[in-house]
Amino acid sequence: MSVETPDVLVVGAGPAGLAAADAARRAGAQVVLLDAAGDAGGQYWRHLPAERPAADERVLHHGWDKFTALRGQELLTDAQVWLAERHDDRPPTLHVLVGPADGNERTPRTFAPKALVLATGAYERTLPFPGWDLPGVFTAGAAQALAKAERIAVGRRVLVAGAGPFLLPVASSLLRTGAGVVGVFEANGWSRLRKAWTARPAELLSTRHKAGELAGYVRDLARNRIPYRTGTAVIAAHGTDRVTAVTVARLDPEWAPVPGTERRLDVDAVCVSHGFVPRTELAVSAGCGLDAYGAVVTDENGRTSVPGVYAAGEITGIGGADLALAEGVIAGLAAANAATTSAASTSAAGTANVGVTEEQRRARRDNQRFADRLERAHGIRPGWAGWLGDDTVVCRCEEVTAGDLKAGAAATGSRGLRSLKLSTRAGLGVCQGRVCGRTVEELLHRHTGGLLDPGRTASRPLAAFVRMGELAAANHPEESA
Amino acid sequence: MRVIVVGAGIVGAAVARELARAGAEVIVLDRSASAGGTSAAGEGNLLVSDKGPGAELDLALRSLALWQGLLPEIAESFPSIEYEAKGGLVVATTEAGAAALRAFAATQRTAGVESSEVNGLDHEPDLNPEHTAAVLYPQDAQVQPAIATEALLADARRHGATVRQGVEALGPLRSGDRLTGVITSAGPLAADHVVVAAGPWSGEVSERLGVTLPVRPRRGTILVTTRMRPRIRHKVYDADYVGAVGSNDASLQTSSVVESTAAGTVLIGSSRERRGFDESIEARVLSAVAAKALVLFPFLSGVAVMRAYGGFRPFVPDHLPVIGPDPRLTGLWHATGHEGAGIVLSTATGELLTDLMVGRPPTLDPAAFAVDRPTLLPHLQPA
Ligand SMILES: Cc1cc2nc3c(=O)[nH]c(=O)nc-3n(C[C@H](O)[C@H](O)[C@H](O)COP(=O)(O)OP(=O)(O)OC[C@H]3O[C@@H](n4cnc5c(N)ncnc54)[C@H](O)[C@@H]3O)c2cc1C
Ligand SMILES: Cc1cc2nc3c(=O)[nH]c(=O)nc-3n(C[C@H](O)[C@H](O)[C@H](O)COP(=O)(O)OP(=O)(O)OC[C@H]3O[C@@H](n4cnc5c(N)ncnc54)[C@H](O)[C@@H]3O)c2cc1C
Repeated sequence: MSVETPDVLVVGAGPAGLAAADAARRAGAQVVLLDAAGDAGGQYWRHLPAERPAADERVLHHGWDKFTALRGQELLTDAQVWLAERHDDRPPTLHVLVGPADGNERTPRTFAPKALVLATGAYERTLPFPGWDLPGVFTAGAAQALAKAERIAVGRRVLVAGAGPFLLPVASSLLRTGAGVVGVFEANGWSRLRKAWTARPAELLSTRHKAGELAGYVRDLARNRIPYRTGTAVIAAHGTDRVTAVTVARLDPEWAPVPGTERRLDVDAVCVSHGFVPRTELAVSAGCGLDAYGAVVTDENGRTSVPGVYAAGEITGIGGADLALAEGVIAGLAAANAATTSAASTSAAGTANVGVTEEQRRARRDNQRFADRLERAHGIRPGWAGWLGDDTVVCRCEEVTAGDLKAGAAATGSRGLRSLKLSTRAGLGVCQGRVCGRTVEELLHRHTGGLLDPGRTASRPLAAFVRMGELAAANHPEESA
Repeated sequence: MRVIVVGAGIVGAAVARELARAGAEVIVLDRSASAGGTSAAGEGNLLVSDKGPGAELDLALRSLALWQGLLPEIAESFPSIEYEAKGGLVVATTEAGAAALRAFAATQRTAGVESSEVNGLDHEPDLNPEHTAAVLYPQDAQVQPAIATEALLADARRHGATVRQGVEALGPLRSGDRLTGVITSAGPLAADHVVVAAGPWSGEVSERLGVTLPVRPRRGTILVTTRMRPRIRHKVYDADYVGAVGSNDASLQTSSVVESTAAGTVLIGSSRERRGFDESIEARVLSAVAAKALVLFPFLSGVAVMRAYGGFRPFVPDHLPVIGPDPRLTGLWHATGHEGAGIVLSTATGELLTDLMVGRPPTLDPAAFAVDRPTLLPHLQPA
C-alpha cells in the first residue's frame, strides 16, 4: 500500500474542517479533506438526502449560504480515520478506511501529510438520571438530526432540557417538524445566565448576529407560547416501554435539586443535552496536549503541541459554528503555510504571519469571547449527582449503575480510573466511554477522594471499530516503511 | 518487622498479602494508583502450557495451586476476579510445528504438566480445520488481572497492611551499609526491609535505592473485540508462542493467543517488541496480531475490534524472575522481572519471598531466582 503525502490533510468536514480546507486551498496547498460521514456539514449543517431537497433549507439551517459556498470543495466521504500513529516531531501517519462502514468493501488508505488539521468536533454530553435509558429519551443532537435530516417529529409532547444555548435551536427545529414542545428547561438560574451574558455588553456587539440568532430562537418559543424555564432540570423519566412522564425540579446554583420542588409532567419524548466533550481520539494519539477540560490546546494560529498538527472547531473548545468557521480559516492558512514553506523557516516563524488577515484574527477572538461566555453561563456544575439513585444506570453499554461505581471504589480502595473501570466494567462497552466517560470519571473522582490517573477515558487508540479482516489486510510492515 | 513494598501491581500485592498474613507490618507504596501499571495492561492467563521444564515452570505450578487455594479467601465482598479453569488448547499450523509441539508436550509431562493431543475441532468447533496438531492443557486458567490485584491488596489490608497510593519512592534511607527505609514523595519512611516490586520500572527504582538491576520493558499490544456469543471456549494459541516467549530478539514478534472473557469480548494478543517505554500503537503491529489470529479462527475476520491497548512486560536478560534479598545492600529485596507471566507467578512469588524473609523453609528452591545467580551476575554492574 502506498502512503499519500498531501500538503494538508483535513479530518472532519463540519464548519471548521470545511473552512480550513477551503482556506488552505486558496493559499495554494494541495489538500485532502475527508469525513467519516456520507456528506459534508458536520454536526451543524445536517441536511436532506440529495433525493429529497427542501425549499426551506435556509430556515432550518443558519448560515446555509456560507455552507453552500464551502460544500463545493472536493471531499472524500465515508472515510473513517481509525488510527493516528504518533511521531512527535511531525504529523502522525493516518490510517483510513474508505467505504460505507457496514459494507465489506472498505478500501484502506494511508496518509502522511506535511500538515494536518484536526477538525473532528465534539460529542454531546448527557448527564444520567433515573430513566434516561428509556426509549423516547433522546440527546438533543439526535433529536435535531432527526428533525433536520429526516424531518421526523420525535413526539407530540416533547420536553427539551439540559444546559446551553443550543437547546433553543433544537426546540425550533422540532417545532418545524410539527412536534409539540412543552417547554425548554435550562439547568442554570437567571442570575448566572444574566451575569455571564450581560457582562461587558460591548464585547457581544461583534458577535451580535450570534446573539441575534439566539434571540430569534427565543422569539420562536414565545410565538408558540413555549415556556423557557431556568434553574430547572429533568431529574427522572418514567415509563415502562417508553417515556410517558418526567419529574422536573428546581436546581440550586450548583445544580443540586431543591427538595420539595419536584413536579411531574406528562411527555412522550425528552431531548436532553448538558454540554459537549471534545472528540480528541486522534489528537491524543498524535500526542497533542489537552487542557483541563479535555480540549486540544492551540495557539492563535491553531497550532497544537505537535509540530505540523493544527486543530480547529469544537475539538479545541465549545463555541458554536461561527467560532469553528473562524478557527478553521486560520488553521487552514497556517497549515498551508507550514506545508508549502520549508520546515526550518516555519518552526522559527512562531506566531509570525501565516497569511491570516487582521479581520480573520478579530473574528476568531470575538467568537472566542462568546465561547468563554458559554462556559461561564452554561458549564456543568457538580450538584447533578444529587439526582442519581444507586440504581441509576451510568454506563449503558455495560449496565453499570451509580451504586456499582460507589461499591467498586469502596471494595477496592483503589484511586485508579483504569483499575476501577476494569473492576466495574464502566466505559468498557461498545461506546468505549464516549457517552459515559466523563460522568464515570467525575463520580469515581468523588468516591475515591481523587483519582490519580484521570483522563484515561479520553485515550482510545482506535478511533473507530475495525474488523479483524480489515486490520489483517490494513498494513504490512515492509510496504509502509 | 516492618516492610515497605514499592509497587501496587499484582506482584507487590501478592507479596504484601503473604507478608501481612505472616505477621509483618506492611506498607505498599505506589506512585500512581493501585493496579494501574502492567497488571492492568495485559491479559490474565495463568499458563503452564507455555513453559518448559525448569525453575519457572515449578514456580508456575506452585502458583496455580496457590491461586486455587486463595479463591475462597479473597472472594469475600469483592467483585469476582473471574477465575476460570478453562484449559488451554495449543495449536500447530505447520507439520514442523506439530512435531515440535508434540516433543515439547512430552518433556513438559515429565515436569508435571498435564496434556493430551486431541482433535482440535472437538474442543473448538470454529478452529481452522487446516491446523496440523492440537494439544489440550487442562491446568491452564485465567483471571481478570486488575481485579485480582485489587483483591490481593484488599486481603493484605484485612491482615493489617496499608496501601499508600500516589506516593513515589525517590531514594534510600541508609544507616551505614544497610538500607533502613525509603525517601518518598510524602517524606521519609523507615522499614526493616524494602521490596522492589515495581514491574518494568524496577530497574529505575533499584537505581534510586543504590543498586543496578537490569529490568527492561518489552512492549505488548492486545486487541479487544466487541461482545459476541461465546464461540471460543479455551485459551487458544499457536505453537509459535513458545518460541516468542523465550526469545531475546528485540524486533517485532507476534504469536496468537485468543480467549473470550467473562464479559463476552474476545482478547487477541499479542506482540512482543523491545522499544523502551514507547506507548504508541501502530497499524503494522495490530495488523500482524490480527493476521495471526485469523490463521487460528478464520471466522474472526468479520468481527469488529473496538479497542487496542498495551503494556510493558518487565524482563531481565535471562528471562527468569528475580525473587529474594539483594546481597549488595542489606535490607533490599526484589520481586520483579516476571515478563509475560507476572499474573500467574505472583502468588508463589509472594510465598517464596515471605519464606525467605521470615525464615520459613522455602517451598521452592530459591537459587534459580536469586539476584546473584550466575546467569544474571554479569548484568549487575552499572552500565
Ligand atoms: C443539537 C445541537 C444544536 C446546535 N445548534 C447550534 C446553533 O444553533 N448555532 C451554533 O452556532 N452552533 C450550534 N451547535 C454547535 C455546532 O454544531 C458546532 O459548533 C459545530 O458543528 C462545530 O463544528 P466542527 O467543525 O468543529 O465539528 P462538527 O460539525 O462536529 O464536525 C466534525 C466532523 O468530523 C468528522 N469526524 C470526526 N472524527 C472523524 C474520524 N476519526 N474520521 C473521519 N471523520 C471524522 C465527523 O464525521 C464530523 O462530520 C449545535 C450543536 C448541537 C449538537
Ligand atoms: C500485553 C501483555 C500481556 C500479558 N499477558 C499476561 C498473561 O496472560 N499472563 C500473565 O501471567 N502475565 C501477563 N503479562 C505480564 C504481567 O502483566 C506482568 O508480568 C505483571 O503485571 C507485572 O506485575 P508487577 O506487579 O511486577 O508490575 P506492575 O503491574 O507494572 O506494577 C508496578 C507498579 O510499580 C509502580 N511504581 C513504579 N515506579 C515506582 C516508584 N518509583 N515508586 C512507587 N511506585 C512505583 C507503578 O506505578 C506500578 O503500579 C502480560 C503483559 C503484557 C504487557
